[in-house]
Amino acid sequence: MTDMSLFYELDVTNGSVCGPGSRVRAFWSTTHAAPMTPKTMTTDAETSNHEEIDRRWASWMTAAQAGDRAAYETLLRDCIPFIKRVARGQGIRPDLIDDVVQETLLTVHQALQTYDPNRSFTAWLRTIAQRRGIDGWRRVARTGTREVHSPIVYENHSDPGGNPEEAAIEVDQTETSNSALHTLSAGQRQAVEHLALQSQSLAQAAAATGRSTVALRVDWHRALRKLRSQLGGKD
Amino acid sequence: MIRSDANDHLVQALGANLTPVRRLAPPGLRLLMWLAILGAAALAIWMVSDVGVMIRRLSAAPDTMRLAVTGCMLTAVLAAAAAFQLSLPDRRATWALLPLPASLLWIGASGMGCLRAWFSPGSYPMPPSQTEHCLIFIVGVSLPLSLVLIIMLRRGFSLRPNLTAIIGGLACASAAATLLNFIHPYDAAATDLAVHSLAVVIVILANMIFGGRILMRKNGLTSR
Repeated sequence: MTDMSLFYELDVTNGSVCGPGSRVRAFWSTTHAAPMTPKTMTTDAETSNHEEIDRRWASWMTAAQAGDRAAYETLLRDCIPFIKRVARGQGIRPDLIDDVVQETLLTVHQALQTYDPNRSFTAWLRTIAQRRGIDGWRRVARTGTREVHSPIVYENHSDPGGNPEEAAIEVDQTETSNSALHTLSAGQRQAVEHLALQSQSLAQAAAATGRSTVALRVDWHRALRKLRSQLGGKD
Repeated sequence: MIRSDANDHLVQALGANLTPVRRLAPPGLRLLMWLAILGAAALAIWMVSDVGVMIRRLSAAPDTMRLAVTGCMLTAVLAAAAAFQLSLPDRRATWALLPLPASLLWIGASGMGCLRAWFSPGSYPMPPSQTEHCLIFIVGVSLPLSLVLIIMLRRGFSLRPNLTAIIGGLACASAAATLLNFIHPYDAAATDLAVHSLAVVIVILANMIFGGRILMRKNGLTSR
């Protein structure tokens, strides 16, 4: 990762849309027209460093336009700290900075064909990042008018289906019913299945099972009696 | 750390999705291409219209009318230039002000011509029954010009799709109003000015609604 802290500070404090190219040179030449001192020598070195970084990014971008994946991924990774710094300079909340980074990277990908190698890549990227930062602001403002973030209310909301005692009773009852059903004979289970669970009439159940209605009725009554005795009901 | 991983995954996904792209032509060249299409349209209208009448009328016209035609033509060229600049993501929104002086010249000179026609006994204003022809011509000619312009703008990537579409609409409407002079042998009048303004507004609104949405969809935006 390139160390570009001075570069970023210069970009943010300058506050312009221009890159580290001619306009930055003009900025420095107009504000630092004093005779050469150690400080001006340092700023000249910084400016040339910025130009070098911009040239490197521009060459990676040109390679990316030709389809060079390695150059493209290196460029995008190298740009992330720069985009974060631009977003911070716009006052974006820290938890939303990564959103701005990702939106900016997606925009760079979609706008790949619009980059002109004769122009500053840094200026191109900064404008996109600033625009996506503004979009982030708008999104936060829109969400703030429609939604309320209140995690305590959510935590305290009672869940009627979430009572563990009721759930345990329900499981217990299901197990009891299943074990009672298993004690029935095959004919009795068939009668319960068709007449009770599928809510069929005697005639429908007889047609479905191929048994007589009398046999089904007998099995049905016997099954009910056995279930009542096992589940604690009264005759 | 989790979000940094997300950034890294995104970079990898974008890298995997990378395909070579054809670099967009400079905005000046794209402007010339659109003007060439406009020139072809002008040539077609020239062929079917009475050019002699138009030249005689323009040469005999007062300064205000010549100024209005010049302003209209300049508005078309400058608005198209601004639209092509705005179709690039790193250009400032202030490019939208580029056609403003020419538009003011067009509106001002047309207004002055309107006043002159009001007070001058020798003027020949357009009959009210003909005004609808102007409206149909400007809207009808603007439609294909807008279509071509939106297709060309769509190749870029505008971060302000609505503004780009509005300026593109102004370019097409003023280009159509310029071409109208080939078949429009009348002095400026109040009704004339009102109908031209109405037609320009219709074209700009249509571009904003339809063109803006096309540019937004291309950019993956939902509203702007």
